[in-house]
Amino acid sequence: MNRILPLSILALAILALATLMLVVVPGMQINAQPATPGLQPYTAIQLRGRQTYVSMGCVYCHSQQPRSTDQGPDGERGWGRPAIASDYAYDSPHLLGTMRTGPDLSNIGARLPNQAWHLAHLYQPRSVSAWSIMPAYSFLFEVKERAAPGDVVVRIPNGRGPKHGVLVAKPEAIDLVAYLQSLDRTMVAPAHAERDDGYAKSER
Amino acid sequence: MEPTIGLLLALSFLVSLLALTFLIWAVSSRQMAFNQAQARTIFVAGEEGHADNPGISPNADDDTHHFDPARAGIDAISARPVTILLTTAVLWLVVGSIFGLTASLKLHWPDWLGDEAWLTFGRVRTIHLNIVIYGWSSLGLLGVVFWVAPRMFHTRLRHPHLAEVGALIWNLALLAAVFALATGWTDGEEWLEIPWQIDMLLAVASACFVLPLLRTAAARNVHHIYVTGWYWMAAICWFPVLFVIANLPGLFVGAQQATVNWWFAHNVLGLWLTPLGVGAGYYFIPKIIGKPIYSYSLSLLGFWALALFYSQVGIHHLIGGPVPTWVVTLSIVHSVMMFVPVITVAINQHVTVAQNMWAFKQSIALRFVSLGAICYTLASFQGSIEALRSINTVVHFTQYTVGHAHLGAYTFLSFTLFGAVYHMMPRITGCSWPWPRLIPVHFWLVVIGFTVYFVALSIGGIYQGLAMLDATRPFADSVILLKPYLESRSVGGALMTLGHFVFAAHFAAILLQRRPAAVSSAPMTQPVVAA
Repeated sequence: MNRILPLSILALAILALATLMLVVVPGMQINAQPATPGLQPYTAIQLRGRQTYVSMGCVYCHSQQPRSTDQGPDGERGWGRPAIASDYAYDSPHLLGTMRTGPDLSNIGARLPNQAWHLAHLYQPRSVSAWSIMPAYSFLFEVKERAAPGDVVVRIPNGRGPKHGVLVAKPEAIDLVAYLQSLDRTMVAPAHAERDDGYAKSER
Repeated sequence: MEPTIGLLLALSFLVSLLALTFLIWAVSSRQMAFNQAQARTIFVAGEEGHADNPGISPNADDDTHHFDPARAGIDAISARPVTILLTTAVLWLVVGSIFGLTASLKLHWPDWLGDEAWLTFGRVRTIHLNIVIYGWSSLGLLGVVFWVAPRMFHTRLRHPHLAEVGALIWNLALLAAVFALATGWTDGEEWLEIPWQIDMLLAVASACFVLPLLRTAAARNVHHIYVTGWYWMAAICWFPVLFVIANLPGLFVGAQQATVNWWFAHNVLGLWLTPLGVGAGYYFIPKIIGKPIYSYSLSLLGFWALALFYSQVGIHHLIGGPVPTWVVTLSIVHSVMMFVPVITVAINQHVTVAQNMWAFKQSIALRFVSLGAICYTLASFQGSIEALRSINTVVHFTQYTVGHAHLGAYTFLSFTLFGAVYHMMPRITGCSWPWPRLIPVHFWLVVIGFTVYFVALSIGGIYQGLAMLDATRPFADSVILLKPYLESRSVGGALMTLGHFVFAAHFAAILLQRRPAAVSSAPMTQPVVAA
């Protein structure tokens, strides 16, 4: 090959083909589906919490995409029914994740709705689960002499809390927990939903 | 589903027609006429048959350094942009390694450095990835491109200042990106974390590299474009397009955004870093040995197969996920088809080295480049197998993929770069490496360090995956069993980081040392004129 122009054109044409196949056509199919019935758009508070989830990089250890029971025991672990494309209609950036250093969080709001548990777990994960390797987000909390009216006071079990004063959750922590509580994709999946059915066991 | 299948069939038909037209054109205009003589375009007269292993030992026989006055003129013009690119790349390598090691330690010491938001695992890990990909690998390989391309085309680098401007903007953008990520300003998708406002700056910088390479190629003084040139020209055209589309704000949402995400993330490897690295291997291996590659006609197949197959593998990151089945299957098929280009490159590069083992023993630069090429083969084979549904179910969400990513992005690209830098710097500076004994120290630190790293994460990852698939075991088991493997990974990572410090110190030393008078007055004979 001794020609620059044909090389560049063909190279870009191949990239265009890949873009068509991996971006445009699947996009058309996915966008043709309305949001899963029952899926709620995020509220302003939940969106702020989601932003904290994004900026702390939670996605690098937690997926949000339960796999089908034909593939793995995600359902048995309580992570939820298999994820479908329309479950993510309100998600940007998407937070599907590629790692399960920690458990899947698609339905964490349905599984663990308790605000106090989440706040204690965020402040010091090892106060609730001794085996956890999750980072502590203690900087989302502050220690005060005494709580002011409206403060959300957090109690940390197993003596892992601050020695003096009271522990109060900052707004970021409260918003983040509001987002986690909102994660509930337990509504019934519509028929003909888009997802990877490549593991489906033949019924015939 | 029916309209999709119809659409895909129509599309395949159209694409096949276009490809057939192109094939007919290529055959009729003799674009495919290949001979081994063309593989010799990387040599200047009298160079073939002699090993090219300069500046490693001060006592080395000077005969191994073939001097060509025309090429000295070419080198003199490339030296400045290349020095800027390589120096900043090495700085990023040091910083990126520190962030990587920190992230690794934090996974098993979760409360270490835990009081600051910017030091939380999720940010440190992200900063590490972006620095080593966009700082070390991209800038380093661009340095190689702008050093080798003018030599390969036998003409001086065109628009060297534009390349310098590109390097400057790229570095400033990356610096801004690191601060953005540290403060939590992120676009939030893996491999696309850098805020799009800063990405636009990076896109401008990447566009600055297109013209110098293409103009130099157009002005070449040889008829044939050597295989390295195909890989590099394609890569330098692909990257700006990829990068801009993937970073367009507000266009993609939800599950579609995930397909865009992985279309980009695998293409930034497959259509940017891999062709830069494979191209470098195609140049340095025969150049150092002094003999052309084993089968030049095979390289054509390898190149187009890489372009066609690698560009569509991305969705194997979403196997079992909420995207249409066919697109996942498409990416799995392409992932397996990657065996074709990888085997052709493997035959060409490894056989050339295997037939000349004396050079492998003699040249540490060749040892680095060749080991990098071997790791490309291994990482690609591993990647193809990992994309199979049955294997993917076990290893997908585990540390195994981190080991795989580093086999590709670290050993392949970084070892190639280490070898290239050891080969190029004596030519760029006109000095020998001041402490040649440090080079094997660097080599063994990174080789042993990476072996520990890779073995630990691969074994740990498989156990982690099996534990997660066993419904009778609590999730906690998969975390607890992983800890010793994560600790071993940190040991390996620490050795690699130490190796990088040795390398960076040596790089600083050769850059800053005073040039011996004999070399600094090297003849700057007649400037090379454009063809």
